[in-house]
Amino acid sequence: MIPAAFEYARASSVEEASKLLKKFGEDAKVLAGGHSLIPLMRLRLAQPAALIDINGIKELDHIKEDGQKLRVGALTRHVTIHNSAVVKAKLPLLAEIASEVGDNQVRNMGTMGGVIAHADAAGDYPTLALMLDADIVTNQRTIPARDFFKDLFTTALGPDEVVTEVVFPVANGPHKYVKFRRRLFDWAIVGVAAQKMNGGWRIGLTNVGPTPVRANAVEEALQKGAKAEEAAQHASDGLDPAGDLRASPEYKKHLARVLTKRAINQAEGHQ
Amino acid sequence: MKHKVATTVNGRQHEHEVEPRLLLVHYLRDNLGLTGTHIGCDTSQCGACTILVDGKAVKSCTMFAVQAEGRSLVTIEGMAKGGELHPIQQAFWDEHGLQCGYCTPGFIMAAAYLLEQNPNPTEDEIRKGLEGNLCRCTGYVNIVKAVQSAAKTMSATPAKKATVTAGGN
Ligand SMILES: Cc1cc2nc3c(=O)[nH]c(=O)nc-3n(C[C@H](O)[C@H](O)[C@H](O)COP(=O)(O)OP(=O)(O)OC[C@H]3O[C@@H](n4cnc5c(N)ncnc54)[C@H](O)[C@@H]3O)c2cc1C
Ligand code: FES
Ligand code: FES
Repeated sequence: MIPAAFEYARASSVEEASKLLKKFGEDAKVLAGGHSLIPLMRLRLAQPAALIDINGIKELDHIKEDGQKLRVGALTRHVTIHNSAVVKAKLPLLAEIASEVGDNQVRNMGTMGGVIAHADAAGDYPTLALMLDADIVTNQRTIPARDFFKDLFTTALGPDEVVTEVVFPVANGPHKYVKFRRRLFDWAIVGVAAQKMNGGWRIGLTNVGPTPVRANAVEEALQKGAKAEEAAQHASDGLDPAGDLRASPEYKKHLARVLTKRAINQAEGHQ
Repeated sequence: MKHKVATTVNGRQHEHEVEPRLLLVHYLRDNLGLTGTHIGCDTSQCGACTILVDGKAVKSCTMFAVQAEGRSLVTIEGMAKGGELHPIQQAFWDEHGLQCGYCTPGFIMAAAYLLEQNPNPTEDEIRKGLEGNLCRCTGYVNIVKAVQSAAKTMSATPAKKATVTAGGN
């Protein structure tokens, strides 16, 4: 289908983007990779009055190592994250996840900031951001990931707020993202990320609720010395996932437990 | 309000005034008459509309024409040179990599990007590299064979490869 009409403006700096967002009002939206927004506009599920194209803001496209932090610019494409030697060395789990977002064409366009701001329940980066206590930096403030994802497609961002960076901690110990789906390029039916850092485990779950979930009970059980198999039984504690076309709530909870076990075992190099 | 969009498509320059909501694929098909780029879905999943934008495979249904300002594009029409099929096109022909042919232009452009990134892909790498393209007819086996065969021809004659990203006739 053909999207509804809208005004279009290119921003050459973050300040200009923010000004343009103010000028066009609440129904204006940022256009980054377009790979969530344009499909929604084609189905007319989204009809923004104006799009502010941030693709020309070069300083938003960066990957920087900063001590024990890894700073990923909002406009950094999935393909760049996946291929980055810095990401592979400092946070290889992020490179692994980036290589499994969509397909080649999606990865050539889609951006870090777009996935974070869009906050799809099946988005892959939000899980990592939450479980690693990443910070979402905007033109106005820094928001810890745990305060950022509010609900389905709903974040703490204000109408004229632009995500500029996501700041992850460095973590290069054992890690794995297990993404369960029917076809290669699909979104996760359920995804589980496991990262060993500072002597403990961080476990995050994708698409088992309106926002990403950190599996605290699993992390605690592992801390107390439980084996992966026992600890993983806690992965569905407190979950109340919505059923969808591909999976019932019970099946998603089952997947959360099974995939958590697999993620931890595979991170440790077992099968 | 209309916006100017100036692009180079298959080596030729074009300039038009377009509405922002015009999708790049509609611009190619309706404004430029390049109907080789197909539209197979409304959900950015099928890859039939794949073209190269500055050398990168992109689904042209998921980009607005205004975003192509200043870019260099290659569509399926830019692949054959002087009446001679591009090695990837020839390989799809030889290996029977198509049945109805609807998905073929998208597969060929996605394969061109894949082989540019990885001139000697394994079967798994080919399947992963083409995951953004759907075919309802072939079952993919002959498509994979075609890409393997094209990879062989192209590494034997590197000059053929260079023409892909440059576009032009
Ligand atoms: C076939 C297909 C498969 C996909 N599979 C997956 C998958 O498996 N996993 C996954 O995570 N994603 C998947 N995606 C989505 C893809 O990763 C999108 O690129 C991503 O969700 C949105 O990023 P974008 O840069 O394209 O943002 P856009 O589509 O441009 O924007 C999305 C939303 O975020 C807002 N926004 C974007 N950037 C900013 C910013 N810097 N500041 C403030 N607001 C901003 C926009 O206004 C809009 O509301 C898939 C997409 C397709 C088409
Ligand atoms: S037409 Fe299906 S992905 Fe573009
Ligand atoms: S040949 Fe018919 S869809 Fe692929």
